Amino acid sequence: MTGWLGPAEWAAVALSLKVAFWAVAGSLPFALAVAIWLARGRHAGLQLVNGLVHLPLILPPVVTGYLLLMAFGRQGPLGEALGALGITIAFRWTGAALAAAVMAFPLMVRAIRLAVEGVDPRLEQAAATLGASPLRVFVTVTLPLILPGILAGAVLAFAKAMGEFGATITFVSNIPGETQTLSLAVYALMQTPGAEGAALRLMVLSVVLALAALLASEALARRARRRVAGE
Amino acid sequence: MSLSVALRHRFGGFALDVAFEAGPGVTALFGRSGAGKTTVVNAVAGLLRPDAGRIVAGGEVLLDTATGRFLPPHRRRVGYVFQDGRLFPHLSVAANLAYGARLSGGVDGTDLARIADLLGIGALLDRRPGALSGGEKQRVAIGRALLARPRILLMDEPLAALDAPRKAEILPYIERLAQEAGLPILYVSHAVDEVARLAATVVVLAGGRVARAGPAAELFADPDTAPLLGLREAGAILPARVVAHADDGLSELAVSGGQLFLPRVAAAVGAQVRLRLHASDVMLALARPEGISALNVLRVRITRLHAGEGPGVMVGLQAGQDRLLARITRRSATTLDLTEGMELYAVLKSVAPAQGDVLVG
Repeated sequence: MTGWLGPAEWAAVALSLKVAFWAVAGSLPFALAVAIWLARGRHAGLQLVNGLVHLPLILPPVVTGYLLLMAFGRQGPLGEALGALGITIAFRWTGAALAAAVMAFPLMVRAIRLAVEGVDPRLEQAAATLGASPLRVFVTVTLPLILPGILAGAVLAFAKAMGEFGATITFVSNIPGETQTLSLAVYALMQTPGAEGAALRLMVLSVVLALAALLASEALARRARRRVAGE
Repeated sequence: MSLSVALRHRFGGFALDVAFEAGPGVTALFGRSGAGKTTVVNAVAGLLRPDAGRIVAGGEVLLDTATGRFLPPHRRRVGYVFQDGRLFPHLSVAANLAYGARLSGGVDGTDLARIADLLGIGALLDRRPGALSGGEKQRVAIGRALLARPRILLMDEPLAALDAPRKAEILPYIERLAQEAGLPILYVSHAVDEVARLAATVVVLAGGRVARAGPAAELFADPDTAPLLGLREAGAILPARVVAHADDGLSELAVSGGQLFLPRVAAAVGAQVRLRLHASDVMLALARPEGISALNVLRVRITRLHAGEGPGVMVGLQAGQDRLLARITRRSATTLDLTEGMELYAVLKSVAPAQGDVLVG
């Protein structure tokens, strides 16, 4: 196996996995909160929130990346604040994770929101009449019923994070070993004469990873439907 | 333990303004769709916050808008059996049953066994709700509510979504529940036969108000209430005792006004049963009829004549300690010159009290 890809390529794959994992793990609690809020909320401003959440899906990724750079760069307002705490995000792998998280966020929110909307609020009422506090209702009824939806959303977001390109390269550049994820490595190899073979191998690997994630997400969604039907 | 309810609530174009008391046993909230029945039980459960009102259960104030008290649903200990069961689809039957019990001080094995036995669901414990029939789901829902140790039980048309055989399957369980559990049950229904079978007290709701309230036997025999219950379904409830089972398939029953012969009643000699006599199955005669096939004739006194819009007259009758209801035509009433206080004979066709209307109570 080690002969199949060079150490630099393996480093890119490992970095992609790390970036995607943290992108999903870090944004999952926020995605859950936003999804429940969008599904259940009655607030007039929800349409605006909905639009903001979906913005990265519609904006050119390079614009999203540039906006991130403006906000989190060394001179950016958020970057400066974090810098004062000794945290730098721009041009680091953490920045790549942030870019991936922002790009994958809409997908995760959509999947979880669908699951929340599928939960019958009358079941939650029934739980309350049986003595369950709102928190307990959430943990014992709502959460188990939307869990497959959460997992499906997380898998989809993971796949998206693995393949993120535009926002990442704009925000954190293409630094081997630090921010050069799978797709950035493919891009770099394509620019290098004689490296077409390595690029092709990485592309095959991307396709396999993406396909596996999609299938897993579908399987989880099917399970979610069965679970809500109580079979 | 008892329940006291006073509510005012307005939503859409509908105004609800009711007050009633419910003691031990089954109190039926009866009325047509849209009469406000579900709104009342939802307010008792705490799923709806009324504009104004006060609800007290077993001495504890669940709601008092005057003092701003609103106990949230999970702290009311009010069991609720919904029309649609609402079992948790992701949990097994056993876990559904244990859900409320766990929150009210732990699952007691003997309690679980007793209630599973009472409801006949012992064999279903490992199943998922999706694999249950409608009747089974409802029985599990009843068990789940009971195991949470409620101080009152609300049942919102628990049989409405079921077909006749499934209803017949569950009714006996609810009857036993009312006798054995000893907790007040607020039973919402628009089906007269269910109410007649189960209820000790009836509260009739119409247009968001209490149209009538009182003991079931009194309301069902009241000619003025009959139109509210529906004329077709009108009929008295009569307590009786089984005296003997004859060889020819009939059972002899004693009522306070005499004796009745019914097709074999499924109860032991000496058992108390409840009969339902449809008003349209009761004929009136000025003299004791001779040479007719009907076996059951009771001497009665007219207590009330209620003439409605149509061609019929509802006649309230006193037979011993009990009250009966007869529905006759206005023409017959005129021909016989019926007046209140008049003594005459009520002829009941021996087949009239249907088996389904006889219950052990």
